[in-house]
Amino acid sequence: MTDAKIRIQQVGKTFISDTREVEALQSVSLDVRPNEFITFVGASGCGKSTLLRIIAGLETLSRGEILLDGNPVDGPGVDRAMVFQHYSLYPWLTVMKNIKFCRQLKVISDTVRGDGDVETASGRADALLSLMGLTNFAEAFPSQLSGGMQQRVAIARALMPKPATLLMDEPFGALDAQTREVMHDLIRHVHKLEKTTILFVTHDVEEAIYLGSRVVLMAPRPGRIDSIYEVPLPAQRDQDMKLSPEFTALKREILTRIRETSGMQTDLDQLAKLTAIAG
Amino acid sequence: MTAHLSLSANTNLEPRAAVAAQPVSAEPAPVAKTRRARWWRIRGDLPKTTVWTLAAAGLISPFILWWAYTALGLADPMFMPSPGDVLERLGRWWSSEGLLTDIGISVWRVMAGFGASALLALPLGLYIGTYRPVQAFLEPLTDFIRYMPAVAFIPLVMLWVGIDEGSKVLIIFIGTFFQMVLMVAEDVRRVPMTQIEAAQTMGANRSEIVKLVILPSARPAILDTLRITCGWAWTYLVVAELVAANSGLGYAILKAQRYMHTDKIFAGILLIGLIGLLTDQAFRWLSRRAFPWRTQA
Repeated sequence: MTDAKIRIQQVGKTFISDTREVEALQSVSLDVRPNEFITFVGASGCGKSTLLRIIAGLETLSRGEILLDGNPVDGPGVDRAMVFQHYSLYPWLTVMKNIKFCRQLKVISDTVRGDGDVETASGRADALLSLMGLTNFAEAFPSQLSGGMQQRVAIARALMPKPATLLMDEPFGALDAQTREVMHDLIRHVHKLEKTTILFVTHDVEEAIYLGSRVVLMAPRPGRIDSIYEVPLPAQRDQDMKLSPEFTALKREILTRIRETSGMQTDLDQLAKLTAIAG
Repeated sequence: MTAHLSLSANTNLEPRAAVAAQPVSAEPAPVAKTRRARWWRIRGDLPKTTVWTLAAAGLISPFILWWAYTALGLADPMFMPSPGDVLERLGRWWSSEGLLTDIGISVWRVMAGFGASALLALPLGLYIGTYRPVQAFLEPLTDFIRYMPAVAFIPLVMLWVGIDEGSKVLIIFIGTFFQMVLMVAEDVRRVPMTQIEAAQTMGANRSEIVKLVILPSARPAILDTLRITCGWAWTYLVVAELVAANSGLGYAILKAQRYMHTDKIFAGILLIGLIGLLTDQAFRWLSRRAFPWRTQA
């Protein structure tokens, strides 16, 4: 496959501290197709967030290479926007100014030619605002918004410079279940509308299946790709599909595999022993 | 200064918590008991009027005690003058002993020392808090100097700078600068990494991140630091005016000691306290005005 949007080749990452070395990623290889919505799950410590941060350019890799449209990744760039779990909004800026933040940056303003583009940009900010259902909150500060609304602002801000790739690191992890469902349909809508390639890290298997066309399961110690699942659902999805047999079967399969790879099965035996002793 | 950030993520939990708590407090209980329960609830809230009343009571009660103590004749006025004596003394100071000049010169000295300190500490703290090499190079040194007593520098300052205004300003500068640098650096370091990384993934370069993210994000905390260190600058005033001064509040206190004018010592100390309190409130007001987004949570 030569038309990969992102080609991850034998990527390894070792964190070195004074006392020890931790192999966060061991030889990870994966091709992400253009406009794909790919999700990453796995037990904690499997390196899924690290992989995402390396692709974003926020973290360096120790071994291997990441090619973006054929070019190696060297630091963060406007073409790869990132949405974090929380605390990333600028509390001193209104919602509108948060979304338009990138407009002040040199990389962006260099590509803008003439007032016509500035007009288009304002139009885009307004469009993103209404897409996220935040039109009435343009002048509000982030602290006045609920957690779900704050994440919608963060997504709009990330989309503002029209990134080809959107990297999402457990973006809905802090939201309640109902808000999360709304966000799922919203982000799928964005994916279709903006033709963005989305890499989405989560610890919620149901979320990973519902959103992704492929689910990448990673395993810890050392962090690596364990298996990749094609999601047997149509491109057009709705919440009811979560109850379909295909969905639940895949969910069970992935959950079982995560449990097997997490290296925590022995804990139950341990617990049984402890209970026996106590009894 | 990071409280608003951590709170914001939980805002949608609060209403539910309130609803859940309601049936508990609605249970029949004696009125007096619920009131006391509200007063002593851990980190509980109080009506604004109650807060103001308590604050006023807290400020006034020492004065009442002081007044009662002297009015009952328990104290030798030589050592402890009555509030009335001090007020009267303040009047005389105002009318014939140049109180305004003393206040003026002292405010000038404090502000000059504090201003110079802020002017240097802000960029330096920003650099220490942002760039690891600068931190490694300057932080241990600053840490070392800040433990040296500012008072002990007086002889050196007199030798090097002389005994005019410069030396007084310098003492206040030495007393505040090194603490201020470290506090500003800490404020800058507390800017959440995700705010910086979000800008990086939008293509911001280094100087843009400093200008558009780190500085605005740390601003409220830095203003807080300025408020606190400004208070310290006032505490160094008396020390500074040990150096061959012939005016100023600190000097007036020192001179009053020589002549056993305890009423004037009291007046001077109270005045410095009052000016400090006013400055503090001014900073708080400025903070509320400049950063409305902090309080609108």
